[in-house]
Amino acid sequence: MSMKAVVRQVDSVSVVDITGRITLGEGCAQLRELIRDLLGKSKKNLLLNLANVTYIDSSGIGELVSAFTTVSNQGGQLKLLSLTKKVHDLLQITKLYTVFDIHDDEAKAISSFTQTASA
Amino acid sequence: MGAEDRVVDVMLESNLKNVEIAEEISQRVCAGAGCDPDEEFQVGMAVHESVINAIWHGNKNDPAKHVWMQFRIGAGRLEVRVRDEGYGFDVGKVPDAIADDNVLNISGRGIFLIRQFMDELRVRLPQGGGTEMIMVKRLNSKRQTNEEGS
Repeated sequence: MSMKAVVRQVDSVSVVDITGRITLGEGCAQLRELIRDLLGKSKKNLLLNLANVTYIDSSGIGELVSAFTTVSNQGGQLKLLSLTKKVHDLLQITKLYTVFDIHDDEAKAISSFTQTASA
Repeated sequence: MGAEDRVVDVMLESNLKNVEIAEEISQRVCAGAGCDPDEEFQVGMAVHESVINAIWHGNKNDPAKHVWMQFRIGAGRLEVRVRDEGYGFDVGKVPDAIADDNVLNISGRGIFLIRQFMDELRVRLPQGGGTEMIMVKRLNSKRQTNEEGS
């Protein structure tokens, strides 16, 4: 199953609901293109909802890192929402869990952007 | 390795679309070997990463080349071999993916994940050419003992 992504706008935050596999090839390319597209539209507050991500490999993890640094370098913020246990464990063992701002609750995740932006 | 090991050999065309086929075969082999769900995931991830490594780095994404996999199920262990037609690499020289300077690197986590999920990893350069990754997973003996006793 390939990756699908749907973007919703909630206040100032673009919530990206990702379904399927983020792996080398189509999944990573799609995610990279989507992030580039959103930044091109000046959407710089991005929340990636990973609740329905069934599989992520080393390239997919690298793509998340790339998205995080690209958005940060453009003055935006990229946060993660609703990790599955497997994605959670992979971010733990790759020492990336503390790099990303990770949330379980969408409303709280959305409000965290506002708080950071107004701080 | 023992004389009563069960062996599954697979030859795949060097195409990224075949990575999911490699994963499916790995799942079936793991089910037959009595792996628990965690072991099945871990072996599957190692197969995924090693086959991608073989296609992408070893065979340079050349569809005319092949990737050979062998699963060997023995007493309390599963050995997986993945061979490409490349020129090899020194596994000892792969940078540490979780060193402070490397944590935010875009790539370089494949071998790290294989090391995390398998109990042994060796790289061999066969006489006929290519590169062979040999990965061993020691299986949950408690589960195996239960099944043997049931």
